[in-house]
Amino acid sequence: MNASAGRLSLWLLLTPFLLWIVLLVLVPHLQMLRVSFQVRESWDTLAWGLEQYQNFFTESYYWRTFVRTGVMSLFTTFLTLLIAFPIAWYIARLARGRAKGLLFLACLVPFWASELVRTYGWMILLRESGLFSSWLQALGWADGPVEMLYNDVAVIIGLVYNGLLFMVVPLVTTLDGMDENLVEAGYDLGGNHLTVLREVVVPWAMPGIVSGCIVVFMLTLGSYLTPILMGGKDSAWFTEQIFTQFITRFNWEQGAALGVLLLVLSSLIVWLGLKLSGQSLRKVMG
Amino acid sequence: MGSRTARTSALLGSTFLAAVTFSGSLLAEELRLITWGGYAPDDVVAQFEEETGIDVKVTLSNNEDMISKLRATGGAGFDLAQPSQDRIIGVQRQFNIYKPIDFTRVNTDQLQPSMVKATQDSTELDGKFYGVPSVWGTSGLIVHSSVADTVTDYTDLCDPAVAGKVSYRLKRPTLIGFAFAMGMDPFEAYNDRDEYESILAKVEDKLIDCKSNVKTYWTGGDQLLALLRTGEVTAAMAWDAGGWKLNAENPDIRFVAPDSGALGWIDTFAIPRRSENEEAAYKWINFVMQPEIAARITNASGNFTASKGADEFVRAELRDAYRASFNDQAINNIKWYPPVPPGLETVEGQVLDRVQAAN
Repeated sequence: MNASAGRLSLWLLLTPFLLWIVLLVLVPHLQMLRVSFQVRESWDTLAWGLEQYQNFFTESYYWRTFVRTGVMSLFTTFLTLLIAFPIAWYIARLARGRAKGLLFLACLVPFWASELVRTYGWMILLRESGLFSSWLQALGWADGPVEMLYNDVAVIIGLVYNGLLFMVVPLVTTLDGMDENLVEAGYDLGGNHLTVLREVVVPWAMPGIVSGCIVVFMLTLGSYLTPILMGGKDSAWFTEQIFTQFITRFNWEQGAALGVLLLVLSSLIVWLGLKLSGQSLRKVMG
Repeated sequence: MGSRTARTSALLGSTFLAAVTFSGSLLAEELRLITWGGYAPDDVVAQFEEETGIDVKVTLSNNEDMISKLRATGGAGFDLAQPSQDRIIGVQRQFNIYKPIDFTRVNTDQLQPSMVKATQDSTELDGKFYGVPSVWGTSGLIVHSSVADTVTDYTDLCDPAVAGKVSYRLKRPTLIGFAFAMGMDPFEAYNDRDEYESILAKVEDKLIDCKSNVKTYWTGGDQLLALLRTGEVTAAMAWDAGGWKLNAENPDIRFVAPDSGALGWIDTFAIPRRSENEEAAYKWINFVMQPEIAARITNASGNFTASKGADEFVRAELRDAYRASFNDQAINNIKWYPPVPPGLETVEGQVLDRVQAAN
């Protein structure tokens, strides 16, 4: 094969990917960036300005919702890590053969249904007339119906559930490759469970932890259905704000500005997380 | 606006070029209808397709979504839309997404003249009309009989007796309903921005006070019905059709017109500016407004239509439920939405945001 044919096939192979990136990611984002700087003065003229971005900082509602969303997403990510780590440890280190495959499958199965179905599943369990509430009453632990839906805890439960798989997979992959001797050496040198975990296991699993955290954090921050359906009357979520601006208020300019801010601020948080944990994106994703 | 529309369409053009060419050349004649759930029942669509040979593609939507979709394409992508009559003129002025209705092509003999008149009045721009009435209904209160004596008006939703058992939407009908219940007339103030803002300020305080009473702000019809069906909510601000549907399942749940008046809306037929099959759109309008067909839409959606003489074909229990909710006085007391002036939604949006943010 000569060089030009090789280059041609490279381009052909790259084309779907490039089309995807340019048409569905790059162009819409640039368009959104442009719209976000437009200021609507009257109904048929447009001017340029920073008004929408100012709104974000002056209307406390916007930035408070963002901070809330960010903090809750970080908490959700942390919780997902805490829950996923033992699961991943078991799958990667303790389960053997068939059991390993089955356990992995068990983590995967819920994701054959869509997020909407999973969220409705949780709603059936948590609602006042739902399964948990009636069990509590049947067991005599509650006098009347207990409402567990429509609050922040319900939202976090739903989000953790949605993020679990994306934390388990990278953790299993990294833990799988860890040499058993490292752990044994840790104990031989007089370490207890905690020090071995802290000094040997966690540093080894760090790339998996960080990449899992990034994925879960971004998924959570950008999720829409779960916070909307399970959240209560105070549970505003930032994506909901963007949707409202675009769809309900016909205010594309403000919606676009909020969208750009979400992208920038979340990237900033991820960057900060990488810096604090001493990881680089290349190491984590490679 | 001009350059922006052009750029958007160039963008969309490249994406949808293939699709458009295909649908234009390969498929049979087609009517792309964007409408509300229940307004195009399967059997009605099937009969229309059989009689005319036109393929009907139904997209379910709501007012905001309809406007957003048409705005994104400058009025392309659909051949017929069904926005509410109060949401046409302001939007048309801002985004130019509809084309005027040619009333010579509409069989107005089978429509109730008063509703045609009312819709024409509220959808007139520069001497042209943009809407044909199709389905009408009201929002009011759905209440369980145990609290029916307490909750007779929107503001009664804030009564301590129903604390934690209440739901309404954080949308503009709630603002309007509460304003009426508090003795003000928001429709009168539609064109007086300062007056309207002062009304909204009072409503805002009321809704913030009321927040502790609310179980959750409902966002979708099914969600609300589930809340009422399970008894988790006993009083809600909602549409009449939902109330009648629940009433059929459980006689204890009823739709009532509030003391200050139910809020009346008329959904229309409007033709998007870049409709590709106007002919089919008019055929559909004239087809579904025949009394027997319109009655089938009423049976499916629960809402009555502008078709003359359709009532006698409507299911008896639906007619009874309607009469139980509306006596003559309640009908006369219906507050019909006037056209929303441009920009009003932004002011309302800020109020709704502040209500949601308040603790």
